[in-house]
Amino acid sequence: MKPRRSIKDPRGESLLFRRRALAGFVLIVLCLCLLLSRFVFLQVMHHDEFVTRSQANRVKPRAIPPARGLIYDRNGVLLADNVPAFRLEVVPEQVKDMPAMLAELGKVVPLDPDDLDAFRKQLRQSRRFENVPLKMRLTEDEIDRFAVNRWRFPGVDVVPYLTRRYPLGGLFAHVVGYVGRIDADDLDRLDPVRYKGTSHVGRSGIERSYENLLHGTPGYELLEVNADGRTQRVLETHAPTPGRNLYLSIDVRLQKAAESAFAGRPGAAVAIDPRNGQVLAMVSVPTFDPNLFVNGISQADYSALTTDPDKPLYNRALRGVYPPGSTVKPLVGLAGLETGLRTPQDTVVSTGVFYIPGQQRGYRDDQRGGVGRVDLVGAIEQSVNTYFYKLALDMGIDRFSEYMGKFGFGRPTGIDLIGESSGVLPSREWKAANFRQPWYPGETVIAGIGQGFWAVTPLQLGHAIATFAGHGVPYAPRLAMATQDGVNTQPQPLANPPSGPSVIRKPADWDAVNQGMQRVIYGAKGTGRRLGVGFPYLMAGKSGTAERFSRTSEAYDTNRSTAYLASRHRAWFVAYAPADNPQIAVAAILESGAWGAEAAGPIVRTILDTWLAAHDGVIPGAERLPVTAAPLAPVAAPAATAPPDTGLEDDGPVEDLPAQATTTGGTP
Amino acid sequence: MIEALYARAHRFLRRILTRPRIDLPLAFGLFLLASIGLVTLYSAGDGNLALVGGQAGRFVLGGALLLLVSRIPPPVLRSWTPWLYAGSTGLLVVVAVLGEGRGSIRWLDLGIMRFQPSELLKLTMPMMVAWYLHPRQLPPGWKDIVMVGLLIAIPAGLIAEQPDLGTAVLVTAAGAFALFLSGMAWWRIGLLVGAVAGMIPVGWHFMHQYQRERVLTLLNPESDPLGNGWHIIQSQIAVGSGGVFGKGWQHSTQSRLDFLPEHTTDFIFAVFSEEFGLVGVAALVALYAFIIGRCLWIAMEARDTYSRLLAGAIGMSFFVYVFVNGGMVAGMLPVVGVPMPLISYGGTSAVSLLTGFGVLMSIHANRKMHI
Repeated sequence: MKPRRSIKDPRGESLLFRRRALAGFVLIVLCLCLLLSRFVFLQVMHHDEFVTRSQANRVKPRAIPPARGLIYDRNGVLLADNVPAFRLEVVPEQVKDMPAMLAELGKVVPLDPDDLDAFRKQLRQSRRFENVPLKMRLTEDEIDRFAVNRWRFPGVDVVPYLTRRYPLGGLFAHVVGYVGRIDADDLDRLDPVRYKGTSHVGRSGIERSYENLLHGTPGYELLEVNADGRTQRVLETHAPTPGRNLYLSIDVRLQKAAESAFAGRPGAAVAIDPRNGQVLAMVSVPTFDPNLFVNGISQADYSALTTDPDKPLYNRALRGVYPPGSTVKPLVGLAGLETGLRTPQDTVVSTGVFYIPGQQRGYRDDQRGGVGRVDLVGAIEQSVNTYFYKLALDMGIDRFSEYMGKFGFGRPTGIDLIGESSGVLPSREWKAANFRQPWYPGETVIAGIGQGFWAVTPLQLGHAIATFAGHGVPYAPRLAMATQDGVNTQPQPLANPPSGPSVIRKPADWDAVNQGMQRVIYGAKGTGRRLGVGFPYLMAGKSGTAERFSRTSEAYDTNRSTAYLASRHRAWFVAYAPADNPQIAVAAILESGAWGAEAAGPIVRTILDTWLAAHDGVIPGAERLPVTAAPLAPVAAPAATAPPDTGLEDDGPVEDLPAQATTTGGTP
Repeated sequence: MIEALYARAHRFLRRILTRPRIDLPLAFGLFLLASIGLVTLYSAGDGNLALVGGQAGRFVLGGALLLLVSRIPPPVLRSWTPWLYAGSTGLLVVVAVLGEGRGSIRWLDLGIMRFQPSELLKLTMPMMVAWYLHPRQLPPGWKDIVMVGLLIAIPAGLIAEQPDLGTAVLVTAAGAFALFLSGMAWWRIGLLVGAVAGMIPVGWHFMHQYQRERVLTLLNPESDPLGNGWHIIQSQIAVGSGGVFGKGWQHSTQSRLDFLPEHTTDFIFAVFSEEFGLVGVAALVALYAFIIGRCLWIAMEARDTYSRLLAGAIGMSFFVYVFVNGGMVAGMLPVVGVPMPLISYGGTSAVSLLTGFGVLMSIHANRKMHI
């Protein structure tokens, strides 16, 4: 019989404990003897060796941060440079009384509150024997004054370093981005070994997305120090590996031309090479000076940027979402051909108003009274809403959003920048997820002309147009074109394979839509018919005017001034060239433009002209047009002086958009 | 009412002072250790009296807590145990949710002082294991072992997740020692140790990258000349150059010339070894062994299972500090943040260690009298 387990046996337990305590003590003594034997090993057996090493121990390692990789444009124009500068550094361990020292030091070298805040924050985070930067970019005068007083500040030193400079200032603020001082949050995230001695890290743009490549690997040097710990000489240097240089596919000339074409008016433009997805220009207006951020932006400068009503810090090209308006009509037309719902010859009668069978609500056309019977090419040329209303309705929203999704709408394009917006591609699922409402046919109708829920970023639209121009082969847009090890080696191109097979099945479909887009430029009734004048290669394009608000009064019909319309419209223009062998695709938006072709068209034309000039006026592989007319005179004519010769403007708004039909109940 | 309370408090304080219930050999050992600590700190801190004064202040605070805790009878302590354990584990969860700290999240900001809840577990963990085993039939069977394992694993896992490997090891050891002392069969211990050894590759997989690097650096210090490898090399130079008799007090060149990082905290034992040599090291280790032995003696004399297990576990976990810190300084173990008890500069550890010894004093005062 086993004894009952529930009875406790105090005496037995006490004896058991006694045995265990003794056993534990013996084990502990054994372990301590093991520890002591290690000390015997070090202090007796290897004593002489360590005495020698301790006497020779005048050597301290110090990390050498790597030089950050430089950033160039596609032709080698420097966009981000490293320039030498000096900063004040403090070794906390060597400072007896930090507040008193800072107060004293403030009398010699002015320290502003921003510097002190950053310093205190980093002081808490770092170990006492590691240098903490106190003030960046000392002036000559400050260095001199500190040098005279240096003896009063043990543990404080002037240290040379390389700082980042963006020679072109705001022109690349939204592309290259900027670096900023490493702060407490960064310390948590960054590899402490790779970032030893480094003070800056990429904060936005290319500087951030290619941080790994640009940063490099630190080296170290062995310093001989005297009894006070001051460096006597450098014994050994293990050089750091500098970060790799980066060549962007952007052409500074295009970038400059695009930015100045906006003349400061808020908007964005993107130019992409449809053959490989390389971004040739990407601007967001207005912009800001990235150099302000490098060594910590002052509170005043920062609040000036954040309170500016035009939001210069906002990257419109990447993050701004706008309804695409009529610019997507060619793609909707293409969807009609590719899904087999239409042939290029099918026609639709435009009467001025379109009705969903059995419904009262009317959807307005471009022109009062309509333009009569049009086929696909004519519908694109004159931007005939009725054609696309009917097409979208016949297609249904499911097929519609599936096909449009192939052009990248509703999701990030995959450009090599962080923070891209997805925009919105209208679909049944999207609406159910965001509004918990069923889909209404009226919403399909207005989706057909790029209105309603549909929202795109300029980059997305540029990408979609480039995908079309490249015969449907999609490439994720790329800014980085090549990397380089050191300045004297050959840059190595970065591969950017297509992200999928061509989304266009029949070349004939492409040809038909391409023809329509050429007619926008060259057709007698084309909405952009002034824009091709003087351009020696075939252009194809499409205008778009999106309304920013619903119409709630009759003011829209009575007040036709350009300024009034500009306050209500967003002007788009998209184009590619040469139309017989597309090598550049452009999308541009002017946030307050009256009409797409008049306001945004010249911006696109300027970019194309500059692109042509950058190729010395000769584009291989495309047929050169006999140029009879004089080159288009003032290319970047602001919208306010749009001449009234368009005719369309007089008897009805070009691309009159009936998006409000769903919100106000209809205007027949 | 207020006068009555005042009178009670007065009586209580007078009792603490006039009839301290302390074990004189243990108190003497701790006093000697603290004195050695202050002398070493004076040298390692480059004669910085503010540093020494601050540490002495903590010893005074810790001593006061020791006296206070020594008045709490073990049965009272036992009745509080589940609440103390639940409270300290709950604080760990709070830290995990909203704590602040660099890389590792260990601190809770109480406004006036920052507070590390994992420090509490060093005491509440052996208390809880002892509390759990106290009413059970000993030696424990598998069911009780698994329960104790869970009691240890939950807070230890939370601490390791912070990540604070050093404290996690100490807390786990404190609980495991209580289990060991309860008489867990040797073959079961062997089985468990074998299983844990088998889990090492799995544990390696779950370790943080920096923790792995510390282990790898130990094997090859030259691979990391700027970071922990530097610590290991410099610490060994300090220890080795000390020799048998040492360089003498305040003559540690390694610390004076700033070659030894953290020479007042985790690496202070290297300074001690350099200045007092093998003789000093042996003497100090003997003092530690004496304190641990005295703790186990007190445990053997204790009145009930709870007191026995608690006293024994506190004494044995003291050994873990010494072994881990000594091993780190001598380049035997990886660099983990475990201080040399009562020698390293640092607030919470000194105060919490002395509070733990207060529990021992109380157990001693309530021992079996017939021995």
